[in-house]
Amino acid sequence: MTLLRHTPAEETARREALTVNPAKTCQPIGAMYAALGIHRCLPHSHGSQGCCAYHRSTLSRHYKEPAMAGTSSFTEGSSVFGGQSNLLAAIENIFTLYDPDVIAVHTTCLSETIGDDIPQIAEAAADKGLIPEGKRVIHCNTPSYVGAHTTGFSNMTKAMVDYFAEAKADEKAAGRVNLIPGWVEPADIAELKRLVALMGLDCITFPDTSGVLDAPLTGAHEMYPGGGTTVDELTAAGDSAHTIALGPICSGAAAKALQAKCNVPQTTLPLPIGLHATDRFVMKLREFNGGHVPAEIAAERGRLLDLITDMHQYFYGKTAALWGDPDQLVSLSELLMSVDMLPKYVVTGTPGKKFIKRMGEVLGDRAHDCRVEQGSCADMFMMHQWIKADPAKVDLLIGNTYGKYIARDEDIPFVRHGFPILDRIGHQHMPTVGYRGAIRLLEQILNAFLDRQDRDAPEASFELTM
Amino acid sequence: MRKVAIYGKGGIGKSTTTQNTVAALAEMGKKVMVVGCDPKADSTRLLLHGLAQKSVLDTIREEGEDVELEDIRRDGFGECLCVESGGPEPGVGCAGRGIITSINLLEQLGAYEESEGLDYAFYDVLGDVVCGGFAMPIRQGKAQEIYIVASGEMMAMYAANNICKGVRKFADAGGVRLGGIICNSRKVDNEKEMIAEFARRLGTQMIHFVPRDNDVQRAEIRKMTVIDWNSECPQADEYRTLARNIDANDLFVVPKPMEIEELETLLLDFGILEGAPA
Repeated sequence: MTLLRHTPAEETARREALTVNPAKTCQPIGAMYAALGIHRCLPHSHGSQGCCAYHRSTLSRHYKEPAMAGTSSFTEGSSVFGGQSNLLAAIENIFTLYDPDVIAVHTTCLSETIGDDIPQIAEAAADKGLIPEGKRVIHCNTPSYVGAHTTGFSNMTKAMVDYFAEAKADEKAAGRVNLIPGWVEPADIAELKRLVALMGLDCITFPDTSGVLDAPLTGAHEMYPGGGTTVDELTAAGDSAHTIALGPICSGAAAKALQAKCNVPQTTLPLPIGLHATDRFVMKLREFNGGHVPAEIAAERGRLLDLITDMHQYFYGKTAALWGDPDQLVSLSELLMSVDMLPKYVVTGTPGKKFIKRMGEVLGDRAHDCRVEQGSCADMFMMHQWIKADPAKVDLLIGNTYGKYIARDEDIPFVRHGFPILDRIGHQHMPTVGYRGAIRLLEQILNAFLDRQDRDAPEASFELTM
Repeated sequence: MRKVAIYGKGGIGKSTTTQNTVAALAEMGKKVMVVGCDPKADSTRLLLHGLAQKSVLDTIREEGEDVELEDIRRDGFGECLCVESGGPEPGVGCAGRGIITSINLLEQLGAYEESEGLDYAFYDVLGDVVCGGFAMPIRQGKAQEIYIVASGEMMAMYAANNICKGVRKFADAGGVRLGGIICNSRKVDNEKEMIAEFARRLGTQMIHFVPRDNDVQRAEIRKMTVIDWNSECPQADEYRTLARNIDANDLFVVPKPMEIEELETLLLDFGILEGAPA
């Protein structure tokens, strides 16, 4: 069958305009995901219905959970006259019918192009008495023709700071840090919070989708599950002693805004995926708890080291192709390097030149063995052609669900990681951050290699013990 | 049916010239529809004896998108048909999209069908070509011929030259052509010769030189075209001549916009010859 094999082997001339199977998606989807990390928040898409439907359905397909959101439902008329009357009606309806604490408005290409001024509309809503006492309307701008889904996530996370954070106390709360976990899974956020708690620190985590998009089935429908950062917590973030932002692309802007607004010092670290990145996270936390690391965390680290040592022979020298978001790709690459694998091909659609520098730091003297491309033409079509042109191909693919076409066409083992994962489960339940997360990721990688070895081994070398 | 779009710098007299020309065409027995493409919705005031018309977009705003032709089209002087696109309030929404919406709606409603028996459709377009919406009348083969209203003032010629760039862009893809420059005189030195030369350099013609005459204002104050107000006055004949020239025009070109340096040299050559300080 060739139905799904549509990538030609001959490498296409360097493209300047055309993107085929992009390694990114649309800004508002990131804003919507981030907004769901606020407790009792209804994200609202200020644009036409189709935008909102796409973003909701992709989140729902990824999490197997309903992703609630409103839309301004633009018509021809709204695009000519502006979306003010639609948004006013939406705000009134949403507070009347769905009673959230916060409406988090993000824009779309259409409302950006016609130039709707969301704060002005929100003010008009307040003047008309459409915003009940104690309720809030926040916003961020998310034109999809700028940046990527990660940009939208970053913008909404920063909006949480802009709208809520306040420096109220005379002194910062010692022993309390803010944690901006970045675009990770609900299970990752729970794992990060567990590590911070084990370190004996109080923590305000935002946005926090744990307990929202991995909520248990209880038999009762809850429009707003129990999780998410409360407005009070977001306000109090202005009085924390320090902010730790994980992933510069998704979390850096919010941490810097909080520093500027409330004078909370910040440290931006890579996402703690893998041994070294988790070490950096734990060492940073140590600065605030008196310098100790509990035995439980040390033991988890030891187990990870044990696994790497025991199974090193299967990792050594293997190559991988990766695609996705810069914050993930840098840390994943570092993880692979730490087990003597090589990220051979890396693409991301998210702009931001620092990515190339960060990749260079992680790859070290193997940088010349890795092909990294970034930008709108750095798509999966391009990566597929690189793999096709390479007689050795790669030993492993790591990325979101869209890689399954490459995996099938090239017959390469495939570990799903990133967003979206539409065809497997586990990502919402099992973390890949922290030492335990690294064990899970390495287990997935190892199983992919060992399954392949079992499948392909001639009978004479079909191993029982591996 | 001939579809004609009138462009030109803001304030140059597009609406006045268009309506006076339409009045002259109507007097000749032509069936004309005027589509105002300006959010201010003042393109048919003289033909309708006042700003009485509800615009297409007002109608959509108030009555929804289920609109009939009768709701948005009024009869004006000489049985011409008048439509105003209208648009959002200043500073909000997208006026360009408004023009796209209203022209699409007119097409859907059959305003251009043969059964309407039109000889001409005139689009009176706001100012310069600023975005895709304002280029709508010359996109997708909607208007086939363009006339640019200009005077001998630098900014008017600059705008006219810029509009030619837009026309050239759409001429490549569709059938739109430049029919000529209408000089609406501002009594600039050497104006007639300069605009004639300007038009020639663009590859087109000055289709008529409309002299400045206060009768235009006198008629306008009375919410009338000149022909309507005083069909005997000399200015009425000027518009009749312009209408006849347009009706008989067969010179339709893809314009060759000038470089700024060339345009400035032209102004120097014609504008400073006389009256320069000795």
